[in-house]
This record gives sequence, C-alpha cells and structure tokens, in this order.
Amino acid sequence: MAIDMQPESDRQPGREPGGREPDAPPPPARPWWRRPAVHTALAGAVIGYLLGHLLGNVIAGQYSQVVNSGQNDYAIVLGYVLGTLGWLAGLGVFSDLLRQMTGRPVHATEEARDASAGLARYFRYSLDHKVVGLQYLVGMIGFFLTGGLLAMAIRTELLSPSYHVFSSATYTAIVGEHGTMMMMMMSSLILGPLGNYLLPLMIGSKRMAFPRIEALSFWLTPAAYIVLLSGLMFGGFPFGWTGYAPLSVQATQGADAYAVAFGIMGISLILLGFNIIVTVICYRAPGMHWGRLPIFVWAMLTTSFLMVLAAPVLVGAMYMLITDRTVQTAFFTDDLGGSSYLWENLFWFFGHPEVYILALPGFGVVSEILPVFCRKPLFGYKVAAAGMVGVTLLSFFVWQHHLFDSGINPDMRPVFMLTTELISIPTGFIFLVAMGTFWKAKIRFTVPMLFALGFYFNFLIGGISGVYLSDVPADTTEHGTFFVMAHFHYTIMGGLIFAFMAGLYYWLPKMMGIRLNQTLGKIHFWTMFVFFNATFLPLFAVGMAGQPRRVYTYARSLETLNDWVSISSFLLGVSILIFVFNFVYSTVIARVHEEGNPWNSRGLEWQVSSPPPPGNFARVPVVLSGPYEYGVKDAPPVADLDPPLGVISNAYAAAAAEGAEV
Amino acid sequence: MPAADGTVADGAGRPEPNHGLRIFLLWLPVALVADLLIWFVWGPHLPPGAMSTSAATQQSAIKIMSVMAAPVMALVLVYGAYALVVWRHREGDDEDGPPIHGNTRVSVTWIGVTSVIVLSLAVFGTVELAGPAGAGAGEGNTPIWRPSGGTPLQVQVIGQQWRWTYRYPQFGGFETTSLMLPVGENVQFNITSLDVIHSFWAYQLGVKADANPDINNVAYTKPEHTGQVQVRCAELCGLWHADMTTVGQVVSLSAFNAWTATARTQLAALTKELPPYTLTYDPNAVAQLGKVFQKAGLSGAGGGFYGSQYPVQP
Repeated sequence: MAIDMQPESDRQPGREPGGREPDAPPPPARPWWRRPAVHTALAGAVIGYLLGHLLGNVIAGQYSQVVNSGQNDYAIVLGYVLGTLGWLAGLGVFSDLLRQMTGRPVHATEEARDASAGLARYFRYSLDHKVVGLQYLVGMIGFFLTGGLLAMAIRTELLSPSYHVFSSATYTAIVGEHGTMMMMMMSSLILGPLGNYLLPLMIGSKRMAFPRIEALSFWLTPAAYIVLLSGLMFGGFPFGWTGYAPLSVQATQGADAYAVAFGIMGISLILLGFNIIVTVICYRAPGMHWGRLPIFVWAMLTTSFLMVLAAPVLVGAMYMLITDRTVQTAFFTDDLGGSSYLWENLFWFFGHPEVYILALPGFGVVSEILPVFCRKPLFGYKVAAAGMVGVTLLSFFVWQHHLFDSGINPDMRPVFMLTTELISIPTGFIFLVAMGTFWKAKIRFTVPMLFALGFYFNFLIGGISGVYLSDVPADTTEHGTFFVMAHFHYTIMGGLIFAFMAGLYYWLPKMMGIRLNQTLGKIHFWTMFVFFNATFLPLFAVGMAGQPRRVYTYARSLETLNDWVSISSFLLGVSILIFVFNFVYSTVIARVHEEGNPWNSRGLEWQVSSPPPPGNFARVPVVLSGPYEYGVKDAPPVADLDPPLGVISNAYAAAAAEGAEV
Repeated sequence: MPAADGTVADGAGRPEPNHGLRIFLLWLPVALVADLLIWFVWGPHLPPGAMSTSAATQQSAIKIMSVMAAPVMALVLVYGAYALVVWRHREGDDEDGPPIHGNTRVSVTWIGVTSVIVLSLAVFGTVELAGPAGAGAGEGNTPIWRPSGGTPLQVQVIGQQWRWTYRYPQFGGFETTSLMLPVGENVQFNITSLDVIHSFWAYQLGVKADANPDINNVAYTKPEHTGQVQVRCAELCGLWHADMTTVGQVVSLSAFNAWTATARTQLAALTKELPPYTLTYDPNAVAQLGKVFQKAGLSGAGGGFYGSQYPVQP
C-alpha cells in the first residue's frame, strides 16, 4: 500500500510513514493518561464547548435577542460544534494527520503495542475494524436503551388522559428526544456493529478500506448522543424528530441541540456508508464475485448508497435550520421569502430513504440467517439482491407521501401514490425469498432463527399497513395518527430491532468468541415477540379511532386501549431487560466459549476462528463457491483459506507487488 | 429428503404430499372467511364512518384495501405456519435440505401478481381521490378536483397556537370559534395558519389538511348526516398541541341559516376590527388585534395572543 493506513494489528515496525528510519529505536510509550482516549476526549469536548460558547457571546452577545448567555443560539451552536471538534481532537483523530503533515513520526508503535491491550483499546481511537465493531455494538445498545427508557416515560404519561405525570412541556420534550434518538442514532444499528465487524470477514478482506474514517464514524455517534441529550437541559425541543419549520425556528435552545446532533449523525452516516461502499467494491477476495456476495453484504452496499446519497440532504437542511435560528436567514420563514414547505421537502427527501436505511439491513440479516437454519440455499438470490437495489432506487421517489395532506404539489399525489405502491414490489421480494427458502426446508428453531421468523411476522403487518398509508383517501384518515406510529414501529422496532437481535445471537459467538445463553435467549424472544405485538397492534385501532400522534392527553373513550398498550410496553421493557441481563451475564459472568462454527454455517466469516485473529485471514483467501450451497452434493468448500503461494500473484500480477505481502 | 416429509400427515404410504395443494386448501377458507367478515361485519363500522362524502370514500377505501390485503396476509401466514410445522427439523436428521436455488416460474408469477395488485391499487386510489373532490384531503391552493355544482359554502379555517377559528366570508366574514356546517351542502375549507404548521382534522367529516402559514390549503367535503364533529390538530405544533380540539356541528340548512344570521349580528362590532377576509394572513400585520379581542371579551384569530417573536417554546 502506498499510504499506510492499516490497522495496528497489521502494522509492522519500520513501515509507518513520517520519516522515521526503520532501524531507529521506537519512541518511548507515553503513560496511559497522556495517551488520547475517552478521558482526553471529554476534556477536549469541555474546552471546545467553553471556547465556542465564549466565541458566540463575543460575536453575537450584543445583537441577538437574548436575556442571558444561555439563550444565545450562536453561543450554543458554536459551543456544540467546537465541543465536537474538541472531542475528536482529544481522541487523537487529528494528531496522526498533523504529525504526518509536519513530518514527525506518528505514535503507531505504541498503537501496535496496544493491539492486544485488552479493554483499554475499546476506549481509544482504534483503527481495527473488530474493535470499532464492538465499540459500535455497545454504543448502539446504549443509545437504544436510552430511547427505550424515554418510550417508557411516554407510555407512563399516556396511562391516563387526565392525570398527568409530566407537564405538557416535559412530555413534548420526551417525545422529541425519543423519536430523534431512535430514528437518528439507530440508523447505524446494524451497519455500525455488524457491518464494520463482519464485512471484511464476509468478503475475505483483512480490513475496511478506510480505518480512520471507520473509527471517526463511530466516535461521532457518542458526540451526537451527548449533544442530543443535552437538549433536555434547555427544556428539550417541542417538534418531534421531524423538526417542522417554522416551529423549529421559533423553538428555544433545545432545537440547537437537535439540529447539531442530527447534523453530526448525518456526517457519521455519510462516512460509514462511504467506507462500506469502497470496501465492498475494492476489497473483495479473489473469487468473491458479485454473484457470490453474501446477501447481507448486498444489504450493506445498498444501505450505504442510501446513506451517502440521502444524508447530505439532511446535513444541508440542518445547516439551513441552524442559520435560520442564528444568523437570521429565512429559508423556512414564509413572509420573508422562504417556505415552510422547503423544510418538509428537504427533511423527507432524507427521511424516506432513512426509513429504508433502517429497513434494508434487517432484510439482509434475516435473509443471511434463513438458509443456515433451513439448511437450504437461499431461494432466488438474484431476486433478493435485485429487490434491495429496487428499494434503494425507488426510495428516492416516494418522499412526498409524507405530505399528502400538506397541499404541496397536490396534483402529483397520484404519482407518489404509484411510486409508494411500486416500492412494495421489491420489498415483497424478501417474502418471496423467505417462502421459497422454507419450501421443503429443515427448519431449526434456534434463537437467531426465532428472531428472524419474528421479523417476517412483524414486517408483514408493518408492510401491509404501509400500503394503507400509500393510498391518499385512506391516508387522510390515518395520517398523523397512532396508525402511522404503529406502522413504523412495526417496520423498525418489529423489523430492524428483531433483525438486530437475530444478528446478535447469530454473530456474537463470532465477534466475542462467547455464546449468549440460549435459554435466556428463548425467554427474551418470546416475551419480546408477544409484548411487542401486544403493544403495537392495538395502536392501529387507537389511531383509526382518532388519536393524533404526540399528544399528552386524549379522548377518554380510548383510555382502556391506551392502558393496555402502556402495560404491554412496560412488559416489553422487561423483555429488553432480560436481553440486557443475558448480554451482561453471558459476556461477563458465564463466558461460555464458542470457538468453532456453532451454526455449521457456510459463511466465509465462520471459516476462521472466533474471535478472528488479528488481520482476519493469515493469507487472503480464494473464494471457491457461494455461501449458501447447503445440500449441494459436491459443493466445493466456500473458500481456500491457505491458497498456494503465487495463486493470487499470478491472477493479479499488478497488485501482487504490494498487496499480497507474502 | 422426501421420505422424511412423506410421513407427516397422510400416513406412511404416500411418498410426497402435494404441499402446494394443501396450502391452497388451508388458505382458501381462511381468506374467504376473512374477506366476508371484513366486507359484511367489520366494513360498515370502519372509521371514519359515513357522515360525509369524503368520510364515506375513506371508509370504502379502507374496506376495499382490507379485502385485498387479507388474502395476501393469510397466504403468507398460512404458508409460514405450514412450513414451520411440516418442514421443521426432526431429531436425528442431519441431512441438508434439497438444493433449490430458485424457480423462475414461481418468481415471475409472484412478481406478476404483486405488480397487478399494486398497480390496481394505484389506479383505485387515484379514482377514489378524483371522484369525490379530493376525498377530503388538502389539495393546495389550486385544487384540480372540485365538487360539481355552484360555489360551495366557504369556511376559512385559521390555525394558530393553540386553537382553531373559522371565518365565513359569504356571511360578512365574521370569525368564530365554533364550526357550524349545514347538511347536504358542498363545503370548501380554506385552511391557513398564523404561526406554525398545524393540521386541520375533522374526524367524522374525513377532512384532513395541513395549515401552513402564508399558504391556503383547500379541502372539500359534503356532510350527509347531522351530528357532532371532532376537530383535532394532527401535526405537532408545540406545547399544547394535544389540546387543540373543538367540537363542530353539522345541522340542518335552516338551523345553519338561523345561526349565521345571529352570529353575524352579534359579531358585527368585532368583524369591523378584523383584517379584511383574505386567503392568508401576515401574522405580523395583525398582531395588534389582541387588544381588540380582549376589549370585546372574545377570542379569535389575528395573531393577537403573542408578539411576533413569540410564542417562546419550551
């Protein structure tokens, strides 16, 4: 490689750039508290925030309509932005780059020494995709639990239409935080942990294409999380996750937290997707041609295209919102030449692909797991891949179905009705693929398979209810009600989260070499499946009966249904606690080791030991057949992990000089 | 292995049952019963009822889509249940399943059938949308689907944080907080907002249209029965979004005429202070009206509740 950006596990002494002689003695390692890690990052964030706040007050303290510095939007926004930069600087994101630019040696040697340093590396800016994957995993579970707690708070308030646990203001703030936390942070729920960890293993690569970008995409998520939650200190934001202007332009400083956090997360999504696209295209092992790509990798690739193409619109919209709120631009103010429709268009132009950013990885995970436990090849592999590509393309042409009643471009509603209904064709492919794979299969009811089956059940309801919403007359009753809310919880909670759980139970033995307790797993599945449906199925009826979304009070006649839903949701919370207990118990206390191939899978990632050695593969493997050849009589092994010397060099003579490193 | 499957239900003699036929025979009664129940039992009670033409359209749209969705859903569920029972893994059978990589005929059939369903749904939705003058949905300021006949009754709906008010331009343009409509007459709602985005939702009338500032959004309906109408806000508009509710009335034409005559006289003094009726209002230009309303002991539109930089949100 011309530019050495390999993970530290790959790095050999004397090869790092920066001008140091290969034979020179390594620089002495710094004590741990001087090494960049979370503690320096936090210090950097605090310093950055204070600097930004000060700067904002110096710039705008005089001409902004503020009572005190805590209400100065300039100061808050600059504080968040500089705080995020300080957080990254404290992590050491920029230090290697600056050192290279100034010709000084990088600290790679101590990083290399650190590669086997146990837990400490998980708190550092690590360039190892397996470390980043686990960082993402723990982070995403944390974000999910936070959002879930907020959901419990919402359901607590909705126990009664007249007795209020929270004030209307607190309730609105909780709704906004819950929605934004779930929609924004969960965008990388599967691609972050499972994608970063497994993608190189699944395509036979030693690493991701851009380790620094990969690590950066993760370390932006805690920053976004903290910024988003800090909005609560300003009283939250009163506009849900959609942030419709002009309400979001008028709102107090919580809206700054919303806009900056969403913007940061948008950048993280772009980086994550960009890295995955390049890795899939350029880092496949010899023989891993497009027809042998695991279907989960197809899902990652298509999702990444959605991220890279849709998230910039979001970042731009958030930037416009911030400038509307601070420097008095008027993008979204109607009587100053802007338009409240502009926000709705920009937001949903991102927002609808976003929905598929959440859905597609789930399709991939369950389609990947299905053949393993049906002991059959995936039915219609090409159909499945084509379905994902079709969803990706069509998802950019449906956004106005969120705006059927808004009066935007009303004559185009039949077109958007058509595109929205068309997208159910490629989405339906995942059911064709699943049903075909079931045909004469030998279905094993392991925990991952149970979650995958739960996914199909939930997504069936979620998908069919979506067809109702695509029809303008029916949508006129359902739009903006709990019907919509139930619909997208069925596709995201019932889809994405169930798929994530399936993937976690399936791949955790690979990722940590530890098996999750299967009995607890089954209890977790059945409680989650039952109480998920008990929570969200009645909400279709609640919405049809006329309860709008995001209300802290409602018609008294709907109290019984709402109470049922609330109690079910608390039990759903208990089920998630069972999962958390299982996760902690299995990985910290019991630690049942699982080193081989427990599911007897043909996936390339299962052909190496668990957890995989540094660098994943001793040699770049040569892929010999597809990953789903179950039951094929004389199917060759999935890959030759120890190809004879010179095989790759001969095939790829040009790349061999640098790439093979024999 | 076929032998393992053959022993499932029909005794040992037969090697391989016709799974497709069995699934079809299981599915058919389920789908038929579901459709009959939806059409005859559930259908007449589906929301939002049939109080107006637009509500009836929405009700029939939901009913017809349910009738189409139920067999599809039943097929997937029956197939899945059958698969999980019949094709489950048996103890001691460590063979892999048959290596079926796909089946072009099945895939093409599936794609064809779903395409036909989906395209017919799109055509159906368009027809339902165009037929009854936009089906009660907001159609923007230049609606292409209008009710036939003369000029409908004009009702302007003004949303502001956090209440609805109504102006009746054909009766002197008075503004009131109560929605009153005559039965059997076409109604044109002109919906606008003075501050943020609201959404006017008259549940029983099947009318939903966003209220954006500086924009006039038109929705049509025709009430066909008298009764109460729940009005709510269907777009999160801030702190008291949940409380933005009123109850409207659909009354007979004579009662409506009596009401307008009374309201027109009672509100005459106030109407003079109001900005002249237009389709949209500049909230900054009418901000001082709050004093007038307060003096009259009335509440109404006009942005009088807050200064232009308000309301300050939580």
